Amino acid sequence: MEIGLNHYLALSAILFAIGLIGVMRRKNLLLLFLATEILLNSVNVAFAAISHYYGDLTGQMFAFFVIAIAASEVAVGLGLLIVWHKRHGNIDLDNMSTMRG
Amino acid sequence: MEVYLYIALFAPLVGSLFAALFTATPKKMFTGVIASLLIISAFVSSTILLMYILNGGEPVQVEMMTWMATGDLYIPFGFVVDQVSVTMMMVVTLVSSVVHVYSVGYMDHDKGFNRFFSYLSAFVFSMMVLVMSDNFAGLFIGWEGVGLCSWLLIGFWYHKESATWAANEAFIMNRIADLGMLIGLFLIYWNTGTLQYTEAFAAMPGLDTEILAWMGIFLFIGAMGKSAQFPLHTWLADAMEGPTPVSALIHAATMVTAGVYLVVRANPLFDLIPHVGLFIASLGAFVALFAASMALVNRDMKRIIAYSTLSQLGYMFVAAGLGAYWVALFHLMAHAFFKALLFLGAGNVMHAMHDELDPFKMGGLKKPMKWTFIMMTLASVALAGIYPLAGFFSKDLILEVAFVDHHYILYAVLLFTAGLTAFYSFRLVALIFHGEERYKLFGIHPHEAYKYMLIGMSPLLILAIIAGSFKMTYFEMVTALLPATEYHIHSHLTFWIMTIGTQLFVASSIVYAYKKYANNKITVPDGTSKMENSFAYKLLFNQYYIPYIYEEYLVKPYRELSTIFWEQIDLKIVDASVDGIAGIVYGTGEKTRAMQSGNLSTMLKWMVAGTVGLLSLAVVFGLAARYSDEIMAILSGLGV
Amino acid sequence: MFEAIAFYLFAFLTISMFYIAVTTSQALYALSAIAAGMLFISAFFFILGADFLGAVQIIVYSGAVMALYAFGMMFFDTTREVKEKHGNSMIVIGLSSLAAIMVVVIFAAPIVSSNITALYPVVDGVGNTQAVGMVLFTKYLVPFEVAAVMLLVAMIAGIVLAGKKMDLSLTLMSDAEIKDLREDQNKKVLS
Repeated sequence: MEIGLNHYLALSAILFAIGLIGVMRRKNLLLLFLATEILLNSVNVAFAAISHYYGDLTGQMFAFFVIAIAASEVAVGLGLLIVWHKRHGNIDLDNMSTMRG
Repeated sequence: MEVYLYIALFAPLVGSLFAALFTATPKKMFTGVIASLLIISAFVSSTILLMYILNGGEPVQVEMMTWMATGDLYIPFGFVVDQVSVTMMMVVTLVSSVVHVYSVGYMDHDKGFNRFFSYLSAFVFSMMVLVMSDNFAGLFIGWEGVGLCSWLLIGFWYHKESATWAANEAFIMNRIADLGMLIGLFLIYWNTGTLQYTEAFAAMPGLDTEILAWMGIFLFIGAMGKSAQFPLHTWLADAMEGPTPVSALIHAATMVTAGVYLVVRANPLFDLIPHVGLFIASLGAFVALFAASMALVNRDMKRIIAYSTLSQLGYMFVAAGLGAYWVALFHLMAHAFFKALLFLGAGNVMHAMHDELDPFKMGGLKKPMKWTFIMMTLASVALAGIYPLAGFFSKDLILEVAFVDHHYILYAVLLFTAGLTAFYSFRLVALIFHGEERYKLFGIHPHEAYKYMLIGMSPLLILAIIAGSFKMTYFEMVTALLPATEYHIHSHLTFWIMTIGTQLFVASSIVYAYKKYANNKITVPDGTSKMENSFAYKLLFNQYYIPYIYEEYLVKPYRELSTIFWEQIDLKIVDASVDGIAGIVYGTGEKTRAMQSGNLSTMLKWMVAGTVGLLSLAVVFGLAARYSDEIMAILSGLGV
Repeated sequence: MFEAIAFYLFAFLTISMFYIAVTTSQALYALSAIAAGMLFISAFFFILGADFLGAVQIIVYSGAVMALYAFGMMFFDTTREVKEKHGNSMIVIGLSSLAAIMVVVIFAAPIVSSNITALYPVVDGVGNTQAVGMVLFTKYLVPFEVAAVMLLVAMIAGIVLAGKKMDLSLTLMSDAEIKDLREDQNKKVLS
């Protein structure tokens, strides 16, 4: 049985869906960050697969930059989380309601 | 010469803008002085231009800048000083200089002193634009400008209900007429392709007479509004709510003559359509008689003079309608001088009498107000047309024009009106200055006006006396542009009989007026005398019930119609739909407010939902683009 | 055949790891599951012949990023069970599946219509790392440098944000001391 591009895209979709579920149901900010990592990774899989099946390196390049961005995001995000935690003593999403309209 | 042209044109504007800087501050003497000086400089420039034209100079024409240039339409801000416009410039600047100087004294105690000069100078600027423009568009700008300034000045005492009402009435009536004027301008542009006077008039002889007649009629409708001809005449008498210098400048000497100026300016057009001209002349004669009859019984000093203005405008239109344009312009000029003088004199009397307007409550004022008495008497004599004052030369000429052109009915009407004019003018003079000192009953101590006001008025007095002697000089100058028709009665005997007969008739009217009103038995009418209860008196006193008819049959139905529209259409359809839209938006906001709970988790969910929505759209459009051919085929199969 | 077995195995492992990561109530479990998931993802990269990317994935994700999270966790009280109230899970699952399918459709559409061409074809006889290096340092040099600067900025930002008041430990201070500190801060803000 030959594994084609569609298999990888299906996998990517499943991982993406799992990531979105995490984003939507997590209330703990740290775990929410983890869920976003899943999203990024699922897209990376798709990039790499497309790159492979079309013999084009651009997909890999994109995946590469996505990893770089993810790393920066974690650095800044965690910094902000620490500051928030120092101020309020928790990192619960439900307590952050200053944007209530 | 162009420099003088620009000074004459823009000095009033500068004065107006300067005075406008101080409108919100208390009275400053220097605004009045500076505005007056600037107007006087405009007057001096006009005089220089007049001298230049008189000495045979070519008309000065400048094109300041392009105003509109789109496609075939080209309208410049062009100005011309020729024989006709220089005459008007002289009249306008001279009368306005006098009125400015006079107003410095007259408005002395008024809170709106600075504002008054701003408006007054703005009016002079608009009037200069009107008379100096070399195309119909510029004329229209000036036309609207003087209408606006007239509105501002009639309603100058805006805290008075009657003044604001009169201002609105004047403005609305003028707007109605201006629509006619605009249609006339459109017709001219449509048929000749230009609005420049010279080019448009040059193209007119080649046009159909019917079209020319319509042009003339619509232009004359505009002139009717500005010059307060029947049936748009009611505003002029009500405009007397404004300050008296305004009445003198705008509602006697300059603005109301704009209609006459328009007809004179458009003389090549009206020459081509003599039947419209005859209508104008007939209407003029009718208005002359009609207004004079109303002046006979009125008990408001300023209104009497206003009706007299109306009547004299009728004379001018008779002359203009019969093709004697230079005569009309000459009477316009002479009338401006003595009518402004009469109004300013009336202003002095009003000042002395603490704004009392009923001449029956005055009497015997000749002692405390000697100079005003002399001025007003001479102005009335000039108005009545007694030799050798200005009115004789200009008014008698109009009578001769009517006679020579074999319009004997017009002649008879005008002659009769001349008698009425003399009667009501001297009724006024007699009531104010002669007889018993009735004002003492009301505890008023009249005083003469300031010296400089009287000195300021003196140029008008001199001109009212001697303007007639300029007749030949004027005739030679102005006929370079206007048709030089001379009106001579062939038989000398007829001429002398007519002239002397007219003079005797007028003089007897004056004597009768004096006899009736200068005695000591005059009392303030209380509505019980036999004359006051006669039908004719009531008819005249109520201005032929025309304001009443307008109110009853035009204003009231219109108001009712407006109420219906307001209640039925505006409230139930327009407002309701607007409110409905607002309600939908508001309701949606209220309902979806729960979305913005401030909870980040909820927000994330909404964000995902939004993303899904947008992605679905992208997919749908992508598919539609890809299968567009198939979709078209299916749709065409369905018959779309 | 071998490829198919590997794909299904790792797909199963990855999905289950990530599923644990988003459903578990223990933060430590979640972190470990994510780290494992990242490792399994790198396996796909190796299968796909993107050796360099796979190595980067292991180093950066499983190594650096996860270590960062682990350090971050030390600041928070993560040993207690994460309490979460859950709304309608059907909506969550439905929305996320829809979004995933849409993304895939959009990705796949140009591939299905086969109207993309390889901009930087894989060169035969050249190792993946070498090929990546050649493209990265020619065509993608500017983005690469920008990414480097961005990482630097993020690093400094992280240090500054997390490093504020490192001399104070709120957990070791008494309530009164914390209250005083707060009031001081408020005064500064007000002035």
